[in-house]
Amino acid sequence: MPLDAETVAETAAMIPDLRVRLGELELANPVVTAAGCAGAGRELARFFDIARIGAVVTKSVTVEPRAGWPAPRIAETPSGVLSTVGLQGPGIDVFVQRDLPWLLSRGARAVVSVAGGSVDEYVTLAQRLSEAPGVTAIEVNLSSPDLSRGGEHFTADPEAAAQVVAAVRETARSDIPVFAKLSPDVADLVALAGKCVAAGADGLALVNTVRGMVIDVDTMRPAVAGGMGGLSGPAIRPIAVACVYQVHAAYPEVPIIGMGGIGTGRDALEFLLAGASAVAVGTALFHDPSACMRVLRELERELIDRGVERVESLIGAAHHGMGGLGVAAG
Amino acid sequence: MSDVRPVQMSSPVLTVRQVDAYHAITVVAPGIAERFRSGQFVAVAVGGEHSAMLTRRMFAIHEVKPDYGGTVEFLFTVRGKGTAWLAERRSRDLLDIIGPLGRPFPLPRDPVNCVLVGGGSGSVPLFPLAHALRRRGCRVDFVLGGATASRVFNAMTARRIAETATFTTDDGSLGTKGRVTDVLAQVIEEAYSDVVYACGPMPMLREVTAIAMHYGIPIQVSVEETMACGTGICMSCVVPVVGEDGITRMARACVDGPVFRGERVRFDDVGTVPFDALGAPGWKARSVEDQAREAG
Repeated sequence: MPLDAETVAETAAMIPDLRVRLGELELANPVVTAAGCAGAGRELARFFDIARIGAVVTKSVTVEPRAGWPAPRIAETPSGVLSTVGLQGPGIDVFVQRDLPWLLSRGARAVVSVAGGSVDEYVTLAQRLSEAPGVTAIEVNLSSPDLSRGGEHFTADPEAAAQVVAAVRETARSDIPVFAKLSPDVADLVALAGKCVAAGADGLALVNTVRGMVIDVDTMRPAVAGGMGGLSGPAIRPIAVACVYQVHAAYPEVPIIGMGGIGTGRDALEFLLAGASAVAVGTALFHDPSACMRVLRELERELIDRGVERVESLIGAAHHGMGGLGVAAG
Repeated sequence: MSDVRPVQMSSPVLTVRQVDAYHAITVVAPGIAERFRSGQFVAVAVGGEHSAMLTRRMFAIHEVKPDYGGTVEFLFTVRGKGTAWLAERRSRDLLDIIGPLGRPFPLPRDPVNCVLVGGGSGSVPLFPLAHALRRRGCRVDFVLGGATASRVFNAMTARRIAETATFTTDDGSLGTKGRVTDVLAQVIEEAYSDVVYACGPMPMLREVTAIAMHYGIPIQVSVEETMACGTGICMSCVVPVVGEDGITRMARACVDGPVFRGERVRFDDVGTVPFDALGAPGWKARSVEDQAREAG
């Protein structure tokens, strides 16, 4: 039966507004890829139109090419994946010459994740990305070993992390928002987030992987070459939701890209309610390369089912009337 | 990356059968069957819709048939929870499957003599390859090995489709007692082989490559490296491979391979990052040295 004009109009009215604003940055919808799980978009473009998601967050780009860790780099855990890729990548030259133009040619929004071993390296990366046209935002991966301090992650010292963020913010073109990506493996995430915001971060990306380990009981050796690795996937989702919730409670005006085990529209909704303005799909892409589009569709469905007209109206909704919950937790 | 776009589909299981010591599942997957070229594989999601197993399981495609619009058969042994779940699938169950994935075996333009060397389940992709070579008028000789007779995959079929089929087993229960590399040189000499194709464990591929290089004939190997996504994004299945430019890179077996030119794979360095690989500590030092040498 053909739809009459009235039904069509009603249906159109029911389609929720998925646009989200993260400070100065406006995305067509809140679903993005998680850094390190989508390369620079090329592999996933064989499965869906990468221009249709909010943005492609690239694999972390480094100044020089990096070979990464030897194999084995990955171990499956219950509802999770433990990995130690070690930032393998071609370096910033190849990225700006080959990967970035390709992403833009596909009409995708490019949020470029950067990782360095020193403040200077982050500055170089921010500079190169500011000179290149078309960068939507820079995500600063702070879970990268700080070579000046024996390879400890920058996030291990809030001052070191803040220094990187300040340097990137100072260097990057003013119209390119800078997001600080933080790991939950820190003494005080809220304090670290505060330092990053004070240092000039326009937003935060929460969370990076959680440190973990798998030992193969047959070989009696760690299952991945790096020994310990980063745990991702639904196994860490409650940890990630708590992080987003706590940071949003402390800094409600700071936009957050939330991630950690998002595999369905309901998972995405959970992060929005906790206070994320956008959600990144990561490990789920290993299982289902079209997961971003599915999550987006499912999220839209969840909103329609709830009669929600604007996705933005749900951001942080779990906090309403819940004053003090963050303190009481645990 | 292969220029042929893979497809992701929910494919009904058509048949589940046993081939020697292996489980074989045939699914109805027209999109995969029509795109398939020998050497390519499928990535199968295991554990059902809300599975706690997030990585896919990769299997070489054994056979495609035109029935029901196109079917695809793959083989496996039960090695963990994922393959145990797969072994319990029955006709009409649905499998979430992606394929065809990976760089296929390049085929010779001329009707040349090809020897196909396989170890254990590594023999699987050699069967569609044998058919493709035969269709091009190539002579095909098989050398297949395994731990024991039941692990030598599809010996009967190999005999039927190849000019000669030579078998080796560790226990001597079929063919020559020993390994495929013990008999390969003789087969190459007797068959006047022009090309070698091989699939199996890394140590075997290393030796097969050495033999092919000794005879100065091209060698294409399909590597068996553990994969997690099959689509190139997780970066876990890396193998050190020398590129056209002479630079070693940590290549992804799933999209840059699984088929490589044998002499390009740094077998001695598998499981490591060679010091001079692109982005490894020594790669710059080497390129500076090279430049100095070139400058005289």
